Amino acid sequence: MAKRSFLIPGVDRRLLIKDAVKSMPDLTRRRFIAGGASLGALTLLTGCDVLDSDRAEEVLKQVSKFNDTVQAWMFNPDALAPTFPESAITKPFPFNAYYDLDDAPEVDGKTWKLEVRGLVDNKKSWTLDELYALPQVKQVTRHICVEGWSAIGSWTGTPLRDFLKLIGADTRAKYVWFQCADKEGYNSPLDMRTALHPQTQMTFKFADEILPRAYGFPMKIRVPTKLGFKNPKYVISMEVTNDYKGGYWEDQGYNSFSGS
Amino acid sequence: MSTLAAADGPTVQESAKTIQPAWVRTMHWINAVAMILMIMSGWQIYNASPLFDFHFDKSITLGGWLGGALLWHFAAMWLLMINGLAYLVTGFATGRFRRKLLPITPGGVISDAKAALTFKLSHDDLSKYNYVQKLLYAGIIAVGVVIVLSGLSMWKPVQLYYLVMLFGDYPTARYVHFICMALICLFLIVHVVLALLVPKSLRAMIIGR
Repeated sequence: MAKRSFLIPGVDRRLLIKDAVKSMPDLTRRRFIAGGASLGALTLLTGCDVLDSDRAEEVLKQVSKFNDTVQAWMFNPDALAPTFPESAITKPFPFNAYYDLDDAPEVDGKTWKLEVRGLVDNKKSWTLDELYALPQVKQVTRHICVEGWSAIGSWTGTPLRDFLKLIGADTRAKYVWFQCADKEGYNSPLDMRTALHPQTQMTFKFADEILPRAYGFPMKIRVPTKLGFKNPKYVISMEVTNDYKGGYWEDQGYNSFSGS
Repeated sequence: MSTLAAADGPTVQESAKTIQPAWVRTMHWINAVAMILMIMSGWQIYNASPLFDFHFDKSITLGGWLGGALLWHFAAMWLLMINGLAYLVTGFATGRFRRKLLPITPGGVISDAKAALTFKLSHDDLSKYNYVQKLLYAGIIAVGVVIVLSGLSMWKPVQLYYLVMLFGDYPTARYVHFICMALICLFLIVHVVLALLVPKSLRAMIIGR
């Protein structure tokens, strides 16, 4: 490809890359090297130089954005995720995070408040007791992880669309953005059409018990039409916004829409 | 449809010259690239949550980590699907599938398989497929269709729920997807070995003659 333009006479390309990588901040360096290594086998096949890996990554990101558009177009707001009998529930339901269970947030339910921000009429914060008083529904659905595994669970809580109505949210806004108590600050954007899907839920119970710490106490957002990482746990705030604010995994390259 | 059939007509008459028409060659190599990208990125995705008690070595996977592999997989899928769809439409419309791949008779397959295993199979006329070739080429097209359908089921298990039902449920679609990959890899090994044993067939797929 445009290999020649990178060539400087008398400079070894490999050494040049090595030096350039050294000057990068740690995290960028790790990802750059991982990206380069990932293209290693492909380099053998195509003869393309490793220097093109940056451009490859840029093209892949653009295709992923295109895939967001395609998925939004495919999304049917009335299509329901299949539901299952209680006998189908996976036991034990797996704990999954980028940290061990010991490092999971320990939220004090007595002092915790859900913060509401952005394009809403009523920005008051909600205590757990106030949220528990809202009408709840139970659903048994399949949780599908981006890694490929899946598990069936039982989640009970308030449909998010009812809550958005209650707080006078501008449902013409593009996103509801959630922030969480996980270490490193987990967050994730949810497109408004999915937020208004009848099965999208502010979850307070798992298998009829108060949501345990492993599954996101005190509140999880259960979205059966999205992959697992778009189902934030330990939620501390929600913001109704037109801005794309990114997300913990989305920023690292997982497809942002990631709809089922 | 008629224009395509007409366009294919002269090449049939000149079959002594052209063994693989240009559209077959183009789509074959696009498919080869798309398949390799899909398989290598698919192995990396598999590694995130293996179905069996093994994983694929990193040196033969694409993407570096799950996120990178998913980007590759969901980009190459367009190449695979659009090219594959065009291939199916052209294959049926020009009558190439019917002409080249049918009929497949059990007797023919058995006798040609015996001949192949004893290296007595004739390769004088590359424009005519023997029964083993017919079976494998028709079979791999079917596997290609199933791997795309099972892949779509895993990508959109809610929106394409009826497709998932075809396989039973989401976890089963994963196994079907994996098995199809394994079949394609087996085909690929046999296909490449035979192409190298009969180099003029490889030449025909590159320059047509």
